[in-house]
Amino acid sequence: MPTFVHTDKCDGCKGGEVTACMYICPNDLMKLDTERMKAYNQEPDQCWECQCCVKACPQQAIEVRAYADFVPMGGAVIPMRTDTAIMWTIKFRDGEVKRFKFPVRTTPVGSIDPYGNKPEPGDLNDNCLFTETGKTLPTI
Amino acid sequence: MSEYTFGNPEIIEIDTDILLVGGGMAACGAAYEAKRWAGDDVKITLVDKAAMDRSGAVAQGLSAINTYLGEQKPEDYCRMVSADLMGITRDDLVFDVGRHVDDSVHLFEEWGLPIWKDKGSEGTPLKDGGKPVRSGRWQIMINGEGYKTIVAEAAKKALGMDNIHERVFIVKYLLDANEPNRIAGAVGFSVREHKLYVFRANAILNVCGGAVNIFRPRSTGEGMGRTWYPVWNSGSTYAMAAEVGAELTMMENRFVPARFKDGYGPVGAWFLLFKSQATNGYGENYIVKNADMLAEFAPYDKAAVVPTCLRNHAMMKEMKEGRGPIFMHTHTAMAKLAETMTPKEIKHLEAEAWEDFLDMCIGQAGVWAGMNIRPEQSPSELMPTEPYLLGSHSGCSGIWVSGPEDLNSPDEWKWGYNRMTTVKGLFTAGDGVGASGHKFSSGSHAEGRIAGKTMVRFVKENKDYKPELKADIKAITEEIYKPVRNYIEHKDKTTSEDVNPHYILPRFLQMRLQKLMDEYVAGVSTYYTTNKVMLEEGLKMLTMLKEDSQNMRAKDLHELMRAWENYHRIIAAEAHLRHIMFREETRYPGFYYRADFPGLNEGEWKAFVNSRIDPETGEWHMRKVPHVDLVEKHYTGQGH
Repeated sequence: MPTFVHTDKCDGCKGGEVTACMYICPNDLMKLDTERMKAYNQEPDQCWECQCCVKACPQQAIEVRAYADFVPMGGAVIPMRTDTAIMWTIKFRDGEVKRFKFPVRTTPVGSIDPYGNKPEPGDLNDNCLFTETGKTLPTI
Repeated sequence: MSEYTFGNPEIIEIDTDILLVGGGMAACGAAYEAKRWAGDDVKITLVDKAAMDRSGAVAQGLSAINTYLGEQKPEDYCRMVSADLMGITRDDLVFDVGRHVDDSVHLFEEWGLPIWKDKGSEGTPLKDGGKPVRSGRWQIMINGEGYKTIVAEAAKKALGMDNIHERVFIVKYLLDANEPNRIAGAVGFSVREHKLYVFRANAILNVCGGAVNIFRPRSTGEGMGRTWYPVWNSGSTYAMAAEVGAELTMMENRFVPARFKDGYGPVGAWFLLFKSQATNGYGENYIVKNADMLAEFAPYDKAAVVPTCLRNHAMMKEMKEGRGPIFMHTHTAMAKLAETMTPKEIKHLEAEAWEDFLDMCIGQAGVWAGMNIRPEQSPSELMPTEPYLLGSHSGCSGIWVSGPEDLNSPDEWKWGYNRMTTVKGLFTAGDGVGASGHKFSSGSHAEGRIAGKTMVRFVKENKDYKPELKADIKAITEEIYKPVRNYIEHKDKTTSEDVNPHYILPRFLQMRLQKLMDEYVAGVSTYYTTNKVMLEEGLKMLTMLKEDSQNMRAKDLHELMRAWENYHRIIAAEAHLRHIMFREETRYPGFYYRADFPGLNEGEWKAFVNSRIDPETGEWHMRKVPHVDLVEKHYTGQGH
């Protein structure tokens, strides 16, 4: 299900050196055509269809089209993600549409305080992780 | 900047105490733990081929955390892992993950990961006694689309972005010039800028995932990208460690997941949470039907849960004998569940079924949408995939490491620092640690934390060490950019730059690898079957392929990344082949068959197989390592 980019929606992230899709793609697939200022998938048959770029695109310009070598035409799976939830639209080949919404996070993005309210690390020579300081670990 | 061009990179040299190579769950765990112990006097640097928010195996998300012990004992976790992996696992490593893993899960929940709770304990965190919705004995359900972004946020904040290099692909580790068998550094390149990175480090954590796409996939067109494990896991963990002489273990093991056909969507929740049944094309339960055949692999067939490979073994018998396709009866399971439900609850059940895909395998949702498959109305086909090498899921390929020193393990299992490989200063975790398995996302994070702590101890106890690279940076640069040189030198000699007798495209090198592994090393086209003669033929082809890898081309930085990924795939594949050749039995029927040794041989082969490349000569050395159980095993479970 490789990604494709709607020409009329993509603004090349307004001339930034790295577009949102380029920044996030785990497989380095999305590329900016600097002449047209549009992004595209440079290697569609290496796309894992993780939709990380689709979720990240500020213009909602990216979609996926199901793998042409085995999926019948006409279906679609489209996410709309916020910082707290994701809404999925599933379009079947026969036209039926289903929508599902799921939470993605219970805390505000950026709010993690990695070591706040955590114990000081204990003994570097024992087997306890720092959050397990003072704990007696089971052994065999 | 402008003087640096393609193939003529700026050389960036960075000195650090600890280098974390990778950005997935294990790397994030290591960053989080190590930084806390390191304080300000130990410098920690992380390098990721991608962007940490969405890198590694959890990039897409997950619908479950597959390892959460809760009230259960690490001993029982050892028993489950051992049985599923046909008896040959390191109890010390598994126990160690088992006693720490829940702590990582509690952190995930605190950081913002939504974890499903049983009725009555909604809103109560797991650490305060909240009861998770268990889809199986060890698994808990989550709303995990954002899982990796959450775990990455904690790791990034712990280290600070100044210490993190994204889009830098490490391709080689470097040994020390003065001390034999001592790691000293790593080298790689930016896939975005003309920059070569040379790191000198006291200790390195090698955590770059498993090996995907070393076998020809079932889909060979656009769908090649729809691998079950992430398509970007290129065996770098195994290859880079092997090339500096780290001992590998159990590289004969592989994982062949039986998944929803083509999209490779997860089946765990269907089997365990929704209680769905799978049958052959004629409605027969193939596990029950083939119980006698599975008994040939006693005692493992009597494990509380029938091992994954044996379930595949029974399924493949039906397929080979013409009684396919294999169906998962989702509609029957949903109808049964719906019998006692309100319409609202039924709606919720349907959403749960779809979320299972949408959280971790969106492509399967796409297959269902395109094929008008509604799980409440019709069954769906299952299919065993192409083979994968990994150490964190239902597989135990990996690197031989020193274990925790406080358990009753043999001295040979704890020669050094916990999770250190046989190369001094080189550590690993997650998919990198062999002979364990079933860590999944949470266990990989916990194992990264274990390694992270011991690496800080290692660095503090070796603080006078000054790494000196046993390599000439100029020569290394030439080696890394050789595919670029090949391209620039020859590209204009033919009218089409893609067809040129002077070089091979990384893409076609990968296809050659996949074809030979498929045909000679027990891929899908032989129903996962091989023998000694086939393996010897395969090795001849693999050897020529390795020679030809010197002639890969790279027309841009992206293709240079592919070139090195595929080089790593070749080394990982060679390890796999040599291990299968060495182990003269069929230990994992349903994953692969040695047709010349079709049975289990507990007397001779209940042992680890380890291998090592001599970094001076490049020669492989194989050895059998005795196995012992540290936890008593029982095989008197439910059977089939």
